[in-house]
Amino acid sequence: MMRFTKDHEWVDLVGDTATIGITAYAAEQLGDVVFVELPEAGKVIKTGEAMAVVESVKAASDVFAPISGEVTAANGELGENPQTVNDQPEKSGWFVKIKVADPDEVEGLMDRAAYEIFLAGL
Amino acid sequence: MTGESLKSTPLSASHVALGARMTPFAGYAMPVQYPAGILKEHLWTRTHAGLFDVSHMGPAWLELTLPSGDGEADHRAVAALIEPLVCGDIRGLKPGQLRYTLLLNDKGGMLDDLMIGRPADPELQGRLYVVVNAATKDADFAAIEACSGPAGRLVRAEDGALIAVQGPEAVDLLTTLIPAALDLGFMTFATEAFKGASLTISRSGYTGEDGFEILAPAALAESLWTRLLADGRAAPVGLGARDSLRLEAGLPLYGHDADETISPIEAGLGFAVSKRRLKARDFPGAARVASELAGGLTRVRIGLRVLEGAPAREGAQIAEPSGAIIGAVTSGGFSPSLGASIAMGYVPPAFAEPGTELKVLVRGRAQKAVVVAMPFVAHGYVRKPKS
Repeated sequence: MMRFTKDHEWVDLVGDTATIGITAYAAEQLGDVVFVELPEAGKVIKTGEAMAVVESVKAASDVFAPISGEVTAANGELGENPQTVNDQPEKSGWFVKIKVADPDEVEGLMDRAAYEIFLAGL
Repeated sequence: MTGESLKSTPLSASHVALGARMTPFAGYAMPVQYPAGILKEHLWTRTHAGLFDVSHMGPAWLELTLPSGDGEADHRAVAALIEPLVCGDIRGLKPGQLRYTLLLNDKGGMLDDLMIGRPADPELQGRLYVVVNAATKDADFAAIEACSGPAGRLVRAEDGALIAVQGPEAVDLLTTLIPAALDLGFMTFATEAFKGASLTISRSGYTGEDGFEILAPAALAESLWTRLLADGRAAPVGLGARDSLRLEAGLPLYGHDADETISPIEAGLGFAVSKRRLKARDFPGAARVASELAGGLTRVRIGLRVLEGAPAREGAQIAEPSGAIIGAVTSGGFSPSLGASIAMGYVPPAFAEPGTELKVLVRGRAQKAVVVAMPFVAHGYVRKPKS
Protein backbone atom coordinates (compact mmCIF):
# COMPACT_ATOMS: atom_id res chain seq x y z
CA MET A 1 0.00 0.00 0.00
CA MET A 2 1.26 3.47 -0.86
CA ARG A 3 2.06 5.88 1.93
CA PHE A 4 2.51 9.63 1.73
CA THR A 5 4.38 12.45 3.45
CA LYS A 6 3.56 16.07 4.12
CA ASP A 7 6.41 16.93 1.73
CA HIS A 8 4.40 15.22 -1.03
CA GLU A 9 6.47 12.10 -1.52
CA TRP A 10 5.02 8.65 -1.87
CA VAL A 11 6.50 5.40 -0.58
CA ASP A 12 5.44 1.97 -1.79
CA LEU A 13 6.82 -0.82 0.40
CA VAL A 14 7.08 -4.38 -0.95
CA GLY A 15 9.04 -6.72 1.30
CA ASP A 16 11.94 -4.65 2.57
CA THR A 17 12.23 -2.55 -0.61
CA ALA A 18 10.44 0.79 -0.90
CA THR A 19 9.89 2.66 -4.15
CA ILE A 20 9.86 6.44 -3.63
CA GLY A 21 8.57 9.24 -5.82
CA ILE A 22 6.75 12.56 -5.66
CA THR A 23 2.98 12.81 -5.70
CA ALA A 24 0.78 14.02 -8.53
CA TYR A 25 0.11 17.12 -6.45
CA ALA A 26 3.84 17.86 -6.13
CA ALA A 27 4.44 17.29 -9.85
CA GLU A 28 1.60 19.66 -10.71
CA GLN A 29 2.97 22.30 -8.34
CA LEU A 30 6.48 22.04 -9.77
CA GLY A 31 5.32 22.38 -13.34
CA ASP A 32 7.28 21.03 -16.28
CA VAL A 33 10.17 18.96 -14.95
CA VAL A 34 13.29 19.38 -17.08
CA PHE A 35 15.97 17.65 -14.99
CA VAL A 36 16.12 15.23 -12.09
CA GLU A 37 19.24 14.57 -10.03
CA LEU A 38 19.11 11.23 -8.22
CA PRO A 39 21.37 9.54 -5.67
CA GLU A 40 23.47 6.60 -6.84
CA ALA A 41 22.90 3.02 -5.81
CA GLY A 42 24.64 2.27 -2.53
CA LYS A 43 24.05 5.70 -1.05
CA VAL A 44 22.59 5.65 2.45
CA ILE A 45 19.85 8.22 2.91
CA LYS A 46 18.38 9.46 6.17
CA THR A 47 14.84 10.66 6.82
CA GLY A 48 14.49 14.36 6.16
CA GLU A 49 17.75 14.77 4.26
CA ALA A 50 17.79 16.09 0.70
CA MET A 51 18.10 12.95 -1.45
CA ALA A 52 17.29 14.29 -4.93
CA VAL A 53 16.82 17.55 -6.81
CA VAL A 54 14.05 18.13 -9.28
CA GLU A 55 14.33 21.06 -11.66
CA SER A 56 11.45 22.75 -13.41
CA VAL A 57 11.90 25.46 -16.04
CA LYS A 58 11.73 27.97 -13.24
CA ALA A 59 13.54 26.55 -10.24
CA ALA A 60 15.39 23.72 -8.52
CA SER A 61 13.65 21.98 -5.62
CA ASP A 62 15.05 19.51 -3.11
CA VAL A 63 13.29 16.21 -2.55
CA PHE A 64 13.69 15.01 1.02
CA ALA A 65 14.05 11.38 1.98
CA PRO A 66 10.72 10.25 3.46
CA ILE A 67 12.39 7.32 5.22
CA SER A 68 15.90 6.00 5.88
CA GLY A 69 17.60 3.25 3.96
CA GLU A 70 20.13 2.34 1.28
CA VAL A 71 19.50 3.18 -2.36
CA THR A 72 19.35 0.01 -4.48
CA ALA A 73 18.24 1.61 -7.76
CA ALA A 74 17.61 5.03 -9.30
CA ASN A 75 15.18 5.54 -12.15
CA GLY A 76 17.40 5.99 -15.20
CA GLU A 77 14.38 6.79 -17.35
CA LEU A 78 14.20 10.22 -15.70
CA GLY A 79 17.60 11.12 -17.14
CA GLU A 80 16.30 10.68 -20.67
CA ASN A 81 12.72 11.79 -20.07
CA PRO A 82 12.36 13.98 -16.99
CA GLN A 83 8.84 14.83 -18.20
CA THR A 84 7.83 11.34 -17.00
CA VAL A 85 7.62 12.89 -13.52
CA ASN A 86 4.73 15.05 -14.78
CA ASP A 87 3.14 12.38 -16.94
CA GLN A 88 3.15 9.51 -14.44
CA PRO A 89 4.33 10.82 -11.08
CA GLU A 90 3.01 7.91 -9.05
CA LYS A 91 3.97 5.16 -11.52
CA SER A 92 6.85 5.20 -14.02
CA GLY A 93 8.00 8.59 -12.69
CA TRP A 94 9.42 6.98 -9.52
CA PHE A 95 12.76 8.32 -8.25
CA VAL A 96 14.56 5.60 -6.27
CA LYS A 97 14.19 2.21 -4.69
CA ILE A 98 15.69 1.74 -1.25
CA LYS A 99 16.27 -1.11 1.15
CA VAL A 100 14.48 0.26 4.17
CA ALA A 101 16.21 0.50 7.51
CA ASP A 102 13.01 0.31 9.54
CA PRO A 103 9.70 -0.81 7.97
CA ASP A 104 7.81 0.74 10.90
CA GLU A 105 8.88 4.13 9.59
CA VAL A 106 6.72 3.51 6.52
CA GLU A 107 3.76 2.49 8.65
CA GLY A 108 3.92 5.84 10.40
CA LEU A 109 3.25 7.76 7.17
CA MET A 110 -0.19 8.80 5.88
CA ASP A 111 -2.32 6.46 3.82
CA ARG A 112 -4.00 7.85 0.71
CA ALA A 113 -7.19 8.86 2.49
CA ALA A 114 -5.23 10.77 5.13
CA TYR A 115 -3.04 12.41 2.46
CA GLU A 116 -6.10 13.58 0.53
CA ILE A 117 -7.52 15.12 3.68
CA PHE A 118 -4.14 16.79 4.21
CA LEU A 119 -4.19 18.13 0.62
CA ALA A 120 -7.72 19.43 1.02
CA GLY A 121 -6.55 21.48 3.99
CA LEU A 122 -3.73 23.23 2.07
CA MET B 1 -1.18 33.35 -1.99
CA THR B 2 -2.39 36.88 -2.69
CA GLY B 3 -1.24 38.75 0.38
CA GLU B 4 -3.21 41.79 1.52
CA SER B 5 -0.38 44.18 0.82
CA LEU B 6 0.14 43.03 -2.76
CA LYS B 7 -1.11 45.29 -5.51
CA SER B 8 -3.33 43.98 -8.26
CA THR B 9 -3.48 44.98 -11.94
CA PRO B 10 -6.60 45.76 -13.99
CA LEU B 11 -6.31 42.17 -15.29
CA SER B 12 -5.94 40.32 -11.97
CA ALA B 13 -9.49 38.94 -12.02
CA SER B 14 -8.97 37.67 -15.57
CA HIS B 15 -5.83 35.81 -14.52
CA VAL B 16 -7.58 34.11 -11.64
CA ALA B 17 -10.50 33.20 -13.93
CA LEU B 18 -8.01 31.65 -16.38
CA GLY B 19 -6.60 29.50 -13.58
CA ALA B 20 -3.27 31.31 -13.30
CA ARG B 21 -0.91 30.60 -10.46
CA MET B 22 -0.31 33.99 -8.88
CA THR B 23 2.96 34.92 -7.24
CA PRO B 24 4.27 38.05 -5.51
CA PHE B 25 6.54 40.01 -7.83
CA ALA B 26 7.81 43.55 -7.18
CA GLY B 27 4.89 44.22 -4.85
CA TYR B 28 2.23 42.90 -7.22
CA ALA B 29 0.35 39.62 -7.39
CA MET B 30 1.28 38.48 -10.89
CA PRO B 31 0.56 35.35 -12.95
CA VAL B 32 3.69 33.17 -13.04
CA GLN B 33 1.97 30.60 -15.24
CA TYR B 34 -1.43 29.50 -16.49
CA PRO B 35 -2.66 25.88 -16.53
CA ALA B 36 -0.79 25.14 -19.80
CA GLY B 37 2.52 25.58 -17.95
CA ILE B 38 5.73 27.47 -18.64
CA LEU B 39 7.04 25.09 -21.31
CA LYS B 40 3.94 25.23 -23.49
CA GLU B 41 3.45 28.96 -22.94
CA HIS B 42 7.03 29.57 -23.98
CA LEU B 43 6.79 27.49 -27.16
CA TRP B 44 3.40 29.01 -28.03
CA THR B 45 4.96 32.47 -27.95
CA ARG B 46 7.74 31.33 -30.28
CA THR B 47 5.23 29.97 -32.81
CA HIS B 48 1.99 31.95 -32.36
CA ALA B 49 1.19 34.90 -30.09
CA GLY B 50 1.55 35.14 -26.32
CA LEU B 51 -0.36 37.68 -24.23
CA PHE B 52 1.43 39.01 -21.17
CA ASP B 53 0.19 41.27 -18.39
CA VAL B 54 3.15 43.49 -17.56
CA SER B 55 1.14 46.16 -15.76
CA HIS B 56 3.53 45.98 -12.82
CA MET B 57 6.06 47.91 -14.87
CA GLY B 58 6.33 51.69 -14.74
CA PRO B 59 5.01 53.59 -17.74
CA ALA B 60 5.00 57.36 -17.41
CA TRP B 61 5.07 60.61 -19.36
CA LEU B 62 7.65 63.29 -18.80
CA GLU B 63 6.21 66.63 -19.91
CA LEU B 64 7.49 70.15 -20.15
CA THR B 65 5.70 72.33 -17.63
CA LEU B 66 5.67 75.23 -20.09
CA PRO B 67 5.93 74.06 -23.70
CA SER B 68 6.72 76.80 -26.21
CA GLY B 69 4.59 75.32 -28.98
CA ASP B 70 7.63 74.89 -31.24
CA GLY B 71 7.73 71.09 -31.51
CA GLU B 72 11.43 70.75 -32.26
CA ALA B 73 12.47 73.17 -29.51
CA ASP B 74 10.12 71.50 -27.04
CA HIS B 75 11.54 68.06 -27.81
CA ARG B 76 15.07 69.33 -27.25
CA ALA B 77 13.97 70.92 -23.99
CA VAL B 78 12.32 67.80 -22.59
CA ALA B 79 15.22 65.62 -23.76
CA ALA B 80 17.58 67.90 -21.86
CA LEU B 81 15.63 67.20 -18.66
CA ILE B 82 16.35 63.47 -18.69
CA GLU B 83 19.62 63.16 -20.62
CA PRO B 84 21.76 63.93 -17.54
CA LEU B 85 20.58 60.61 -16.06
CA VAL B 86 20.96 58.27 -19.04
CA CYS B 87 23.63 57.38 -21.61
CA GLY B 88 21.32 57.38 -24.63
CA ASP B 89 20.72 59.98 -27.31
CA ILE B 90 17.27 61.25 -26.36
CA ARG B 91 17.62 64.56 -28.18
CA GLY B 92 18.21 62.69 -31.44
CA LEU B 93 15.01 60.64 -31.23
CA LYS B 94 12.85 60.98 -34.33
CA PRO B 95 9.12 61.52 -33.89
CA GLY B 96 7.57 58.15 -33.03
CA GLN B 97 10.90 56.53 -32.16
CA LEU B 98 11.46 54.47 -29.01
CA ARG B 99 14.92 53.83 -27.62
CA TYR B 100 16.35 51.36 -25.08
CA THR B 101 18.58 53.23 -22.66
CA LEU B 102 20.16 52.97 -19.23
CA LEU B 103 19.94 54.99 -16.04
CA LEU B 104 23.47 55.20 -14.64
CA ASN B 105 25.05 56.22 -11.36
CA ASP B 106 28.19 58.35 -11.06
CA LYS B 107 30.33 55.23 -11.19
CA GLY B 108 28.81 54.13 -14.49
CA GLY B 109 26.80 51.35 -12.82
CA MET B 110 23.30 50.65 -14.06
CA LEU B 111 20.40 51.83 -11.90
CA ASP B 112 17.88 50.49 -14.41
CA ASP B 113 17.27 49.79 -18.05
CA LEU B 114 14.32 51.55 -19.62
CA MET B 115 12.58 52.71 -22.78
CA ILE B 116 12.24 56.35 -23.75
CA GLY B 117 10.14 57.43 -26.71
CA ARG B 118 9.28 60.64 -28.55
CA PRO B 119 5.64 60.92 -29.63
CA ALA B 120 4.94 61.06 -33.36
CA ASP B 121 2.06 63.48 -32.93
CA PRO B 122 3.19 67.09 -33.63
CA GLU B 123 0.76 68.19 -30.91
CA LEU B 124 2.55 66.09 -28.29
CA GLN B 125 6.13 67.35 -28.65
CA GLY B 126 7.80 68.35 -25.40
CA ARG B 127 6.70 65.05 -23.94
CA LEU B 128 8.50 61.71 -23.58
CA TYR B 129 7.10 58.22 -23.05
CA VAL B 130 9.14 56.46 -20.36
CA VAL B 131 8.80 52.80 -19.30
CA VAL B 132 10.90 51.54 -16.40
CA ASN B 133 11.16 48.27 -14.48
CA ALA B 134 8.70 47.35 -11.73
CA ALA B 135 11.13 46.88 -8.85
CA THR B 136 12.99 50.12 -9.55
CA LYS B 137 10.19 52.43 -10.60
CA ASP B 138 9.85 54.49 -7.43
CA ALA B 139 13.57 55.26 -7.34
CA ASP B 140 13.70 55.89 -11.10
CA PHE B 141 10.77 58.27 -11.07
CA ALA B 142 12.13 60.12 -8.04
CA ALA B 143 15.46 60.57 -9.84
CA ILE B 144 13.76 61.80 -13.01
CA GLU B 145 11.62 64.26 -11.05
CA ALA B 146 14.60 65.55 -9.12
CA CYS B 147 16.64 65.96 -12.29
CA SER B 148 13.91 67.77 -14.25
CA GLY B 149 13.04 70.15 -11.45
CA PRO B 150 10.19 72.62 -12.00
CA ALA B 151 10.71 72.59 -15.79
CA GLY B 152 9.24 69.11 -16.07
CA ARG B 153 6.33 67.10 -14.78
CA LEU B 154 6.37 63.32 -14.47
CA VAL B 155 2.93 61.76 -14.90
CA ARG B 156 2.83 58.12 -13.88
CA ALA B 157 0.57 56.02 -16.12
CA GLU B 158 0.69 52.84 -14.09
CA ASP B 159 -2.98 52.93 -13.13
CA GLY B 160 -3.68 51.47 -16.57
CA ALA B 161 -2.73 48.11 -17.96
CA LEU B 162 0.39 47.27 -19.93
CA ILE B 163 -0.24 44.29 -22.18
CA ALA B 164 2.48 42.67 -24.30
CA VAL B 165 1.50 40.74 -27.42
CA GLN B 166 4.52 38.76 -28.56
CA GLY B 167 5.25 36.20 -31.22
CA PRO B 168 5.33 35.69 -34.99
CA GLU B 169 1.53 35.95 -35.16
CA ALA B 170 1.31 39.03 -32.90
CA VAL B 171 1.00 41.41 -35.81
CA ASP B 172 -1.80 39.46 -37.50
CA LEU B 173 -3.58 39.15 -34.17
CA LEU B 174 -3.35 42.78 -33.11
CA THR B 175 -4.23 44.21 -36.52
CA THR B 176 -7.61 42.45 -36.39
CA LEU B 177 -8.48 44.95 -33.64
CA ILE B 178 -6.14 47.81 -34.44
CA PRO B 179 -5.24 47.87 -38.15
CA ALA B 180 -2.85 50.82 -37.72
CA ALA B 181 -0.50 48.64 -35.66
CA LEU B 182 0.74 47.23 -38.97
CA ASP B 183 2.40 50.55 -39.79
CA LEU B 184 4.60 50.55 -36.70
CA GLY B 185 8.24 49.74 -37.36
CA PHE B 186 10.44 48.01 -34.78
CA MET B 187 11.10 50.36 -31.83
CA THR B 188 8.48 52.90 -32.79
CA PHE B 189 5.23 53.76 -31.01
CA ALA B 190 2.00 55.61 -31.62
CA THR B 191 -1.29 56.48 -29.99
CA GLU B 192 -4.24 54.64 -31.50
CA ALA B 193 -7.96 54.94 -30.90
CA PHE B 194 -9.79 51.91 -29.51
CA LYS B 195 -13.39 51.96 -28.32
CA GLY B 196 -13.37 55.68 -27.81
CA ALA B 197 -10.19 55.72 -25.74
CA SER B 198 -6.56 55.95 -26.71
CA LEU B 199 -3.95 53.23 -26.51
CA THR B 200 -0.21 53.80 -26.56
CA ILE B 201 1.20 51.00 -28.70
CA SER B 202 4.89 50.30 -29.23
CA ARG B 203 6.45 47.68 -31.46
CA SER B 204 8.79 46.26 -28.88
CA GLY B 205 9.03 43.54 -26.30
CA TYR B 206 11.11 41.32 -24.09
CA THR B 207 10.91 37.93 -25.80
CA GLY B 208 13.07 38.35 -28.91
CA GLU B 209 9.96 38.01 -31.07
CA ASP B 210 8.10 40.56 -33.12
CA GLY B 211 5.36 42.08 -31.03
CA PHE B 212 3.78 45.00 -29.29
CA GLU B 213 3.39 46.53 -25.87
CA ILE B 214 0.10 48.30 -25.30
CA LEU B 215 -0.66 50.83 -22.58
CA ALA B 216 -4.42 50.82 -22.09
CA PRO B 217 -6.70 52.69 -19.67
CA ALA B 218 -7.76 50.39 -16.82
CA ALA B 219 -11.42 50.53 -17.85
CA LEU B 220 -10.56 49.09 -21.25
CA ALA B 221 -7.95 46.57 -20.19
CA GLU B 222 -10.16 43.58 -19.62
CA SER B 223 -12.12 44.00 -22.84
CA LEU B 224 -8.92 44.37 -24.88
CA TRP B 225 -7.35 41.33 -23.16
CA THR B 226 -10.50 39.23 -23.62
CA ARG B 227 -10.94 40.17 -27.26
CA LEU B 228 -7.32 39.35 -28.05
CA LEU B 229 -7.59 36.03 -26.17
CA ALA B 230 -10.71 35.05 -28.08
CA ASP B 231 -8.53 34.70 -31.18
CA GLY B 232 -7.18 31.17 -31.64
CA ARG B 233 -3.69 32.52 -32.26
CA ALA B 234 -3.45 33.96 -28.73
CA ALA B 235 -2.70 32.30 -25.40
CA PRO B 236 -2.00 33.88 -22.00
CA VAL B 237 1.63 33.64 -20.92
CA GLY B 238 2.94 34.19 -17.40
CA LEU B 239 6.10 35.69 -15.96
CA GLY B 240 7.75 32.25 -15.86
CA ALA B 241 7.84 31.96 -19.65
CA ARG B 242 8.58 35.67 -19.97
CA ASP B 243 11.83 34.94 -18.12
CA SER B 244 12.78 31.89 -20.20
CA LEU B 245 11.93 33.77 -23.43
CA ARG B 246 14.08 36.78 -22.58
CA LEU B 247 16.91 34.49 -21.48
CA GLU B 248 16.91 32.72 -24.87
CA ALA B 249 16.81 36.16 -26.53
CA GLY B 250 19.99 37.10 -24.62
CA LEU B 251 18.26 40.06 -22.98
CA PRO B 252 19.54 41.00 -19.53
CA LEU B 253 17.17 41.04 -16.56
CA TYR B 254 17.73 44.06 -14.35
CA GLY B 255 18.63 43.08 -10.79
CA HIS B 256 20.27 39.89 -12.04
CA ASP B 257 22.32 40.36 -15.24
CA ALA B 258 22.59 44.09 -14.69
CA ASP B 259 22.95 46.03 -11.46
CA GLU B 260 24.43 49.17 -9.98
CA THR B 261 27.97 47.77 -10.02
CA ILE B 262 27.89 46.67 -13.66
CA SER B 263 28.57 49.08 -16.52
CA PRO B 264 26.84 49.10 -19.92
CA ILE B 265 30.06 47.95 -21.58
CA GLU B 266 30.56 45.03 -19.20
CA ALA B 267 26.96 44.01 -19.85
CA GLY B 268 27.44 44.08 -23.62
CA LEU B 269 25.03 47.00 -23.91
CA GLY B 270 27.46 49.37 -25.63
CA PHE B 271 24.85 49.92 -28.36
CA ALA B 272 22.83 51.85 -25.78
CA VAL B 273 25.66 54.36 -25.24
CA SER B 274 25.26 57.34 -27.57
CA LYS B 275 28.36 58.29 -29.57
CA ARG B 276 27.52 61.98 -29.18
CA ARG B 277 27.12 61.61 -25.42
CA LEU B 278 30.31 59.59 -25.12
CA LYS B 279 32.29 62.19 -27.04
CA ALA B 280 30.87 64.91 -24.78
CA ARG B 281 31.36 62.71 -21.67
CA ASP B 282 28.07 64.19 -20.46
CA PHE B 283 26.39 61.23 -18.75
CA PRO B 284 27.05 59.68 -15.32
CA GLY B 285 30.03 57.35 -15.31
CA ALA B 286 31.15 58.41 -18.80
CA ALA B 287 34.81 58.22 -17.76
CA ARG B 288 34.47 54.56 -16.80
CA VAL B 289 32.59 53.73 -19.99
CA ALA B 290 35.27 55.46 -22.06
CA SER B 291 38.11 53.67 -20.30
CA GLU B 292 36.39 50.30 -20.66
CA LEU B 293 35.87 50.94 -24.36
CA ALA B 294 39.57 51.75 -24.60
CA GLY B 295 40.40 48.27 -23.32
CA GLY B 296 40.07 48.56 -19.56
CA LEU B 297 37.47 45.84 -19.13
CA THR B 298 37.80 43.28 -16.35
CA ARG B 299 34.59 41.31 -16.91
CA VAL B 300 31.98 40.91 -19.62
CA ARG B 301 28.59 39.28 -19.93
CA ILE B 302 28.70 36.02 -21.85
CA GLY B 303 26.27 33.36 -22.93
CA LEU B 304 26.92 29.76 -21.91
CA ARG B 305 25.52 26.53 -23.13
CA VAL B 306 25.68 23.96 -20.33
CA LEU B 307 26.60 20.67 -21.96
CA GLU B 308 25.87 18.23 -19.13
CA GLY B 309 24.04 17.88 -15.87
CA ALA B 310 21.59 20.20 -14.18
CA PRO B 311 20.72 23.72 -15.31
CA ALA B 312 23.15 26.32 -13.95
CA ARG B 313 21.13 29.02 -12.27
CA GLU B 314 21.91 32.42 -10.78
CA GLY B 315 24.85 32.22 -8.40
CA ALA B 316 26.47 29.12 -9.91
CA GLN B 317 30.21 29.68 -10.20
CA ILE B 318 32.00 29.64 -13.55
CA ALA B 319 35.43 28.02 -13.66
CA GLU B 320 38.28 27.45 -16.07
CA PRO B 321 38.69 23.82 -17.16
CA SER B 322 41.55 23.65 -14.62
CA GLY B 323 39.11 24.53 -11.85
CA ALA B 324 40.00 28.16 -11.08
CA ILE B 325 36.88 30.24 -10.43
CA ILE B 326 36.59 33.09 -12.95
CA GLY B 327 33.03 34.32 -12.56
CA ALA B 328 29.42 33.52 -11.82
CA VAL B 329 26.13 32.87 -13.55
CA THR B 330 23.68 35.78 -13.25
CA SER B 331 20.72 33.99 -14.79
CA GLY B 332 20.25 30.60 -16.30
CA GLY B 333 17.91 27.73 -16.75
CA PHE B 334 16.37 25.37 -19.22
CA SER B 335 15.78 26.64 -22.74
CA PRO B 336 12.48 25.20 -24.01
CA SER B 337 13.31 26.10 -27.62
CA LEU B 338 16.72 24.44 -27.58
CA GLY B 339 15.92 21.63 -25.15
CA ALA B 340 19.16 22.47 -23.38
CA SER B 341 20.47 24.42 -20.43
CA ILE B 342 21.66 27.96 -21.08
CA ALA B 343 23.00 30.70 -18.86
CA MET B 344 24.38 34.22 -18.77
CA GLY B 345 27.19 35.28 -16.53
CA TYR B 346 30.28 37.43 -16.15
CA VAL B 347 33.88 36.38 -16.83
CA PRO B 348 37.13 38.19 -17.70
CA PRO B 349 37.29 39.16 -21.41
CA ALA B 350 39.98 36.53 -22.07
CA PHE B 351 37.32 33.83 -21.60
CA ALA B 352 34.54 35.50 -23.57
CA GLU B 353 35.25 34.18 -27.05
CA PRO B 354 32.51 31.86 -28.37
CA GLY B 355 33.79 28.30 -28.32
CA THR B 356 35.77 28.75 -25.10
CA GLU B 357 35.34 25.67 -22.93
CA LEU B 358 34.50 26.40 -19.31
CA LYS B 359 32.86 24.69 -16.33
CA VAL B 360 29.88 25.63 -14.24
CA LEU B 361 29.65 24.46 -10.64
CA VAL B 362 26.21 23.18 -9.74
CA ARG B 363 25.77 21.80 -6.22
CA GLY B 364 29.49 21.14 -6.01
CA ARG B 365 29.72 19.35 -9.34
CA ALA B 366 31.80 20.77 -12.22
CA GLN B 367 29.78 20.52 -15.43
CA LYS B 368 31.05 21.21 -18.94
CA ALA B 369 29.87 24.42 -20.59
CA VAL B 370 30.86 26.36 -23.67
CA VAL B 371 30.72 30.08 -24.41
CA VAL B 372 28.21 30.82 -27.18
CA ALA B 373 27.15 34.01 -28.93
CA MET B 374 23.88 35.58 -27.83
CA PRO B 375 21.02 35.56 -28.60
CA PHE B 376 20.73 31.84 -27.97
CA VAL B 377 17.63 31.81 -30.19
CA ALA B 378 17.51 34.15 -33.20
CA HIS B 379 15.44 37.30 -32.81
CA GLY B 380 12.30 37.65 -34.90
CA TYR B 381 12.06 41.46 -34.88
CA VAL B 382 10.57 43.15 -37.93
CA ARG B 383 12.92 45.44 -39.77
CA LYS B 384 10.81 47.69 -41.91
CA PRO B 385 12.61 49.82 -44.49
CA LYS B 386 12.40 53.50 -43.69
CA SER B 387 9.66 55.09 -45.78
